[in-house]
Amino acid sequence: MSAPVPASRRAPLATGVGRVLVVVYAILAIGATGRSLTQILTRFADAPVAYTLSAVAAVVYILATIALAAPGAAWTRIAWVTIGFELAGVLVVGTLSWVAPQLLGIEDLDPFGRQATVWSLYGAGYLLIPLALPVLGLIWLRSRTRPTAR
Amino acid sequence: MILPFTIVVIVVALLAALVCLGFAIAKRGPNDYQLGALALLELLLIAQAVIAIVAPFVGNPPTGNPVEFGAYALAAILIPVLAVFWALRERDRWSSVVLGVAALAIAVMLWRMQLIWTVQAG
Repeated sequence: MSAPVPASRRAPLATGVGRVLVVVYAILAIGATGRSLTQILTRFADAPVAYTLSAVAAVVYILATIALAAPGAAWTRIAWVTIGFELAGVLVVGTLSWVAPQLLGIEDLDPFGRQATVWSLYGAGYLLIPLALPVLGLIWLRSRTRPTAR
Repeated sequence: MILPFTIVVIVVALLAALVCLGFAIAKRGPNDYQLGALALLELLLIAQAVIAIVAPFVGNPPTGNPVEFGAYALAAILIPVLAVFWALRERDRWSSVVLGVAALAIAVMLWRMQLIWTVQAG
């Protein structure tokens, strides 16, 4: 770990290619929120664990979108936490949904099916974007928060 | 939903994405061609929403989940507007990528909306 970067030397996150990251996050946040709300409101009893995870993912995406778009050191820290959590989430839930779907109460593994969550099968229902995005996000955060002058 | 109309809108969305990403590759910022393409897409999305509201009254009700469909339709209408504002905050090649990504997302959403509308028993 490098020493904390003073706020004055931090480059804003939502600039240049970072704005593309924000828009992809925003679209994923909308998608995950819509899907989890529909699942929870219309058929929560089907797969409560999976649908709760869907909702957690949605909240994390919303927070990450705001954290990437908003200025300030505090938001940058939240961006690190949420995007790190996301990578862990997609790896853990992705693996579980594949090797032990019964743990999540998922019977139907179709990534486009009614029991699909954003993170099941590493986000296959969202073209694996949920797997690629946190990696790109962390790379972007690292490049923006490294001290510019050593 | 009317399948041929959906296909037209998806094609327009894909073309708009192509135009925006093409300008991005050419290192160009947002211009009238890109904004025009997004504006046309937005008009078609509004028309699509009107069709979806009227269709059940003229004997073409959705067999899928109308709430899920409505959420998609609303999000689809908002995305181009928000994307344009976000893209124009800073005018560089990445603005063009933002517009292209938004148009691409719309194409995927329209395909999902058609599936949701026609799915057998939700």
